[in-house]
Amino acid sequence: MRRRLFLQVAGLGVAGACVPIARALERASAAAPAPGAATGKRWAMVIDERKCLTREGCTACIEACHRGHNVPAMKEPRHEIKWLWKEPFGNVFPEQVTPYLTAAARERPTLVLCNHCDNPPCVRVCPTEATWRRPDGIVMMDEHRCIGCRYCITGCPYGSRSFNWVDPRPHLVGEPTDYPTRTKGVVEKCTFCSERLAAGKRPLCVEACEGLSCGALIFGDAGDPGSPVSALLRERAMARRRPQLGTSPHVFYVL
Amino acid sequence: MHDTGKVVLGLGLFAGLVTGPVWYGAGGGKGEPPVLERPLDAKECIEPTPFMRARHMEMLDAWREAVVRRDEREYLASNGQRHQISLTGTCLGCHTDPAKFCDRCHQYAAVEAFCWDCHHRKRRGT
Repeated sequence: MRRRLFLQVAGLGVAGACVPIARALERASAAAPAPGAATGKRWAMVIDERKCLTREGCTACIEACHRGHNVPAMKEPRHEIKWLWKEPFGNVFPEQVTPYLTAAARERPTLVLCNHCDNPPCVRVCPTEATWRRPDGIVMMDEHRCIGCRYCITGCPYGSRSFNWVDPRPHLVGEPTDYPTRTKGVVEKCTFCSERLAAGKRPLCVEACEGLSCGALIFGDAGDPGSPVSALLRERAMARRRPQLGTSPHVFYVL
Repeated sequence: MHDTGKVVLGLGLFAGLVTGPVWYGAGGGKGEPPVLERPLDAKECIEPTPFMRARHMEMLDAWREAVVRRDEREYLASNGQRHQISLTGTCLGCHTDPAKFCDRCHQYAAVEAFCWDCHHRKRRGT
């Protein structure tokens, strides 16, 4: 009799435990994102080209970024350092250029920056792990460890990286901020303002754009279904630069 | 053994030259230990002075790894206080002028610090 009672109670207990497990499994499968979509925290940016183009010649985001990060203004084009800049549309999206596109449309300035790829070629070729992909998607740069080999520059299909051919300090514009400058012989690029994200702030470019109430730059966590950037990514078709390369860029464009 | 005298003289000269700096130092020399300008408003550093004196370089190394590579931006000191991990933000908050603190010792010890190639020597609070 005691054994029978034990078996009954144990059986009921196991059955009871199965219910929440089954529910959790059900939830997990229902919420499972599509392959390739972010599951954890994943910073991403959307550039709304049409909104951006409403302000012709606007460089507020570029100025905010370059001033905040003490990006020098080099006189020699071959020494140029760029974190966020504009390129002709035809160069940014060569595969989107149709024979019908006007020359003006082909030439229209398009904002470009590091794409913070899921599968960054720059990281794969870096021999010292001076650049690596953080779990939140940011492709970080540790200038302390950079030996200046420039493999990453060769590896990056977007030209997002700049090399310091000369000491950048004499070429700073205006009063520098506390953000460290770089030194001759290291590579640098956009880090999605990792130092600001750590303090709970948004990137400088995004803030500058919002300051003009333009809203062309939308930044957030693509892994959080409730974030505005996630909503946009779900609802709007987006272009990414050279997706055929398999790098999975996380800077998206509304063209 | 015809040249004993020359050999001994040579050895003596060699020993004298090699140990020269020691005699120079012992006789007063120019080897004044550096006088460091201590912060006026701060009583103590984030860790006890002997530790900082001996191991600040290891700490700064650990700090840069923590911030840049692991995104950890807070340092828990041995006395339980928390500090922002930042050379310009925290260290220069008290040691306002590296020329009167870091440089004097580093010059004396002939150790080149390349922190300032990139990090600013002045805190602006921006």
